[in-house]
Amino acid sequence: MNARFIPYLLIAPSLGFLTVLFFVPLVQTIALAFQADGIWSAANFARMAGDLDFTDAVVNTFEIVIIVVPLQLLLALAMAMMLQHVRGGRDIVLWIWSIPLGISDLAAGLVWLAILTDKGYLNTILLHLGVLSGPRSWLSYETPVTLLSAIVVAELWRATAIVLVILVAGVQLIPKEYGEAADVFGATPWQRFTRVTLPLLKPSIQTALILRTVLAFEMFAIVLSIGGRNFPVLVSEAFNWQYNQQDFGVAAAYAVIVMGVSLAATLIYLWALRTPAAQR
Amino acid sequence: MQKISAWLLVAGLLTATAAGARAGDLIFLSTQLRPIEEAQKMRNLILKDFPHKVDYVTEQPAQLPVRIKAEQQGGTHTIDVVGALHGEFQPLVPLDALVPLDDLAATIKGRGIPDPLMSLGKFGTVHQLYIPWMQASYIMVANREALPYLPAGADVNALTYDQLAAWAGAVQGKTGKRLLGFPVGPQGLMHRFFEGFLYPSYTGGVVVPFRSEVAETMWTQFSALWKSVNPNSTSYNFMQEPLLSGDVWIAFDHIARVLDALRQKPDQFVAFPAPAGPKGRGYMPVLAGLAVVKDAPDTNGAMALIDYLAQPETQIATARSVGFFPVVKADLPLDLDPGIKLGAGAIEKTQSAKDALTALLPIGLGQRGGEFDKVFIDTFQLIVLRGQKPRAVLDREAETLRRLMTETGAPCWLPDPPSTGACQVQ
Repeated sequence: MNARFIPYLLIAPSLGFLTVLFFVPLVQTIALAFQADGIWSAANFARMAGDLDFTDAVVNTFEIVIIVVPLQLLLALAMAMMLQHVRGGRDIVLWIWSIPLGISDLAAGLVWLAILTDKGYLNTILLHLGVLSGPRSWLSYETPVTLLSAIVVAELWRATAIVLVILVAGVQLIPKEYGEAADVFGATPWQRFTRVTLPLLKPSIQTALILRTVLAFEMFAIVLSIGGRNFPVLVSEAFNWQYNQQDFGVAAAYAVIVMGVSLAATLIYLWALRTPAAQR
Repeated sequence: MQKISAWLLVAGLLTATAAGARAGDLIFLSTQLRPIEEAQKMRNLILKDFPHKVDYVTEQPAQLPVRIKAEQQGGTHTIDVVGALHGEFQPLVPLDALVPLDDLAATIKGRGIPDPLMSLGKFGTVHQLYIPWMQASYIMVANREALPYLPAGADVNALTYDQLAAWAGAVQGKTGKRLLGFPVGPQGLMHRFFEGFLYPSYTGGVVVPFRSEVAETMWTQFSALWKSVNPNSTSYNFMQEPLLSGDVWIAFDHIARVLDALRQKPDQFVAFPAPAGPKGRGYMPVLAGLAVVKDAPDTNGAMALIDYLAQPETQIATARSVGFFPVVKADLPLDLDPGIKLGAGAIEKTQSAKDALTALLPIGLGQRGGEFDKVFIDTFQLIVLRGQKPRAVLDREAETLRRLMTETGAPCWLPDPPSTGACQVQ
């Protein structure tokens, strides 16, 4: 057989797999979203936008993404830098930090729910310390600020590790010589970080940001378990319309919105963090 | 040689499993008693004495018509008996998926299933499409600690909504905590409270008087009552948990969802009917039935299973283990679990109340029942949780309701007055 075709032959199964299980449903979902009673229309989108939870879902989703993603990036950067200076037991530290990665979203949500409910661990501890005189609600519709904070903390705990892992891999790829050269010219550690490490880490940061942002827009189980009805997000609304209201059209419209937003975010990152051709 | 024997072994195993699944097991698909504990009781206790082996399989209510339709279209029939609520059978009727059970209905006539229940199983046709299986309803449960705060002259078994508000207010005043609770969580059944209890009690209907002035007053009063409601209600799915933990002292829910509390601490709780409003004591009975699917693998076995489940002894065993109550004439034994007795007592008091006003589950909405429920939950969220003016919200949601009723063409059901054509909001 012609050797030129072998690579294509080898990737053919995965391409076929993606086409059948990803591309076809994608096209079907888009078609579903733009059809009502078998005719092309925007009725599903009108219905979605007219729903009382739609604005909340959009605002909540963006709130979470805008708060969580930058915090995670900063935290992960700091952790990756600290890790560089750890001599013994480096692997163990990395391993412990990435434990939350191995826990399912739902389980993580339930863990935080157990901590934060009225009779949860947090209230019990605060009661023992005498900070509170009785159980306090953190997660009700009357306490939107603590509810949002709880979800942010849970998301930080659960998903910072994925950013960390990508950044650690990126840091390890940076040749030591650059840092040593900077030292020779008398750079301070801060200058070394901003002028050498950060620019060289840009491709990893880009990957991490794209991955994290897309996942944050799709966040579901953790919000559902902590916030329930009090904190609708785009994906939980899609779930609601699909399973509780049985309106597949509106659910598909939500899915299309989530996809559009994720795509837009990815394009923005690709453009904003592009590496100029001269530096490649 | 070794290879061949391995293949033989595999082949043998395959045949064995295939035979195991085929050996005449009846498939009983049910949308009720889905939680694993209840399903296990169904398998290990209730179905134990039936001569054939029965595979008890559960299915989400919304998936039932999807599955039946898929089997019809695919031509592979696996299900023998279906157990579901009255309203869940409705979408199967236009599919022509159920075997008429007129002969079976005649055979079990002597068991004392009340005629109104039997005729529900006909869906307005001449044929019996399902046999009533078991019933339940929604009740109120209160911690005994709340009883001293009952307003003067109030009888807990004949409360009005005004008295409930005064009661919850008094509890809040004395304890400083909001201890009234409703199941408004994502999986809670709060919509049934509006459709079967609050609306009928105040307006005497559900759909027709949806945006009436009485409804406006009702929502204003309910918003006032909400000031004594535990704010965590929006995450309660089953009221038995907050009742047991003491987060809630007075609660409304489906009997099956408070039964654990009643059974674990029968001395701690009382169970009683939901309150009455100006038009009576609205209440929603829950009726589950049993039907045989057309082209079922074993129609005779299916009939025999229904006959078995409708026997007084089986019905009592069902009440004992899962908290649904008999539809046939069966005296509950004296040694029955005190918690179940509490629940049964509350249902009995509701049904026999002089001002009782029956409200049926929505009928004729097919797969769009969820949208109907959403109208009530949205109205509640906007008026009560977000404090919007009832008039504007009712007018807006009435439009949604109107469109839904027109599109499904569902005629009015009790307690709304009968309609010609689709039930309409006035």
